[in-house]
Amino acid sequence: MNADVIVIGAGIVGSACADELARRGLDVLVIDSQRGGATAVGMGHLVAMDDNLAEMALTQYSIGVWRELAKNLDASCAYRNCGTLWLAADDAEMQGAEQKMAALQTHGVACEMLSTSELQAAEPALRKGLIGALKVSGDGIVYAPNAARWLLARHAPQITRLDATVVEVDGNRVRLHDQRWLSATAVVLANGIHATELCPELPIRPKKGHLLITDRYPQLIHHQLVELGYITSAHANEGTSVAFNAQPRPTGQIFIGSSRQFDTLDNEVEGPVLARMLKRALEYLPGLEDMNAIRSWTGFRAATPDGLPILGEHPQQPGLWLAVGHEGLGVTTAPGSAHLLAALMFKEIPAFDARPYQFGRFSGAAATVAEATP
Amino acid sequence: MIELSINHVSVRVAEGTTVAAALYLGANGISRVSISGEVRAPLCGMGICQECRVTINGRRHLACQTLCQDAMSVETCT
Repeated sequence: MNADVIVIGAGIVGSACADELARRGLDVLVIDSQRGGATAVGMGHLVAMDDNLAEMALTQYSIGVWRELAKNLDASCAYRNCGTLWLAADDAEMQGAEQKMAALQTHGVACEMLSTSELQAAEPALRKGLIGALKVSGDGIVYAPNAARWLLARHAPQITRLDATVVEVDGNRVRLHDQRWLSATAVVLANGIHATELCPELPIRPKKGHLLITDRYPQLIHHQLVELGYITSAHANEGTSVAFNAQPRPTGQIFIGSSRQFDTLDNEVEGPVLARMLKRALEYLPGLEDMNAIRSWTGFRAATPDGLPILGEHPQQPGLWLAVGHEGLGVTTAPGSAHLLAALMFKEIPAFDARPYQFGRFSGAAATVAEATP
Repeated sequence: MIELSINHVSVRVAEGTTVAAALYLGANGISRVSISGEVRAPLCGMGICQECRVTINGRRHLACQTLCQDAMSVETCT
């Protein structure tokens, strides 16, 4: 045995899993291929989502953990409890905002409606004519690459890092690029978009996204601003869609998203998609027109068919645990994913129902898991 | 010759001079101050590194990609 647990992937999800297992006293070996994934390129928006009960449970639990972690995170992690404003551009979206508020409040998430004038006062840079917004005050932002490093360093003696590429997984064993086999009591697959290279049976598709960051314009915006139409865009399963999403960076920069494209692994910035995304942003923040962008880039979300991550033991490979498919919410849901995985591994009852995240919910693996679930 | 101002100080340069060059010719070469307080200056000279961002006539531009013009007002970003 080379460790109690081997974690594949040092992104935010793998780091959170390693941290949680080390906290419980296990020796963890974290193997990362250094290719970079969604953690390195995402927005780091910590957001309570309410599309279904499982997503709500996972995001709400996770944001609570982030709020606790924030007390100790170092400054480089750039955590801010800036809250989210879900922007309603018309009456239909305002109704959607009210429904969202009801759903979130049922589960104890603090939120409130902002009227037209309250929204204007809170975010004067937004265009006139927006109807209002739903403010979710517990949401925040974090710089995920540094948060991942911080998590790996927190229980340093128990976490060992190895920069290597895993080329094969067989239950609780992994084979490295140099043909060495390593083994542990458990292996955790947390390598995001690269997971299908090792487990081709996982139903994970890449969803490409563009992001752009501006020069510093401090105090222009104060909350993470998201159009309510974002939810429609986020749920699309084909085609290209864009939705306005802007984040105030602690540096004063404005961080702008979002776009979604399927079935491409080309990481080039695509002018027409970027243009659509920025046009959408201008409809909400007209002042951006006079501002200077300094960088844009792309990344790939690891999307499952139902938008929920896959968390739990692989039904056909005892000893192999899955923590993949977090799509655009991996930074938010990393702590909850780590909690769930560790609780299942230690045969404890997790803080929320584990079943919606089982790999077995997808066809093929379903029968095996249904039988195994008491 | 073209006459412009850099941080409200008048500077004369030859036609065809970039604002990046004018920062060296007529001022201390500094374009901006980083978030951690370090001074920065034009580096790549081809519009990629973004180190030479300055405010020209009220708008943020890259000094290395902008030619000096008469009565231009350049302010370095601090």
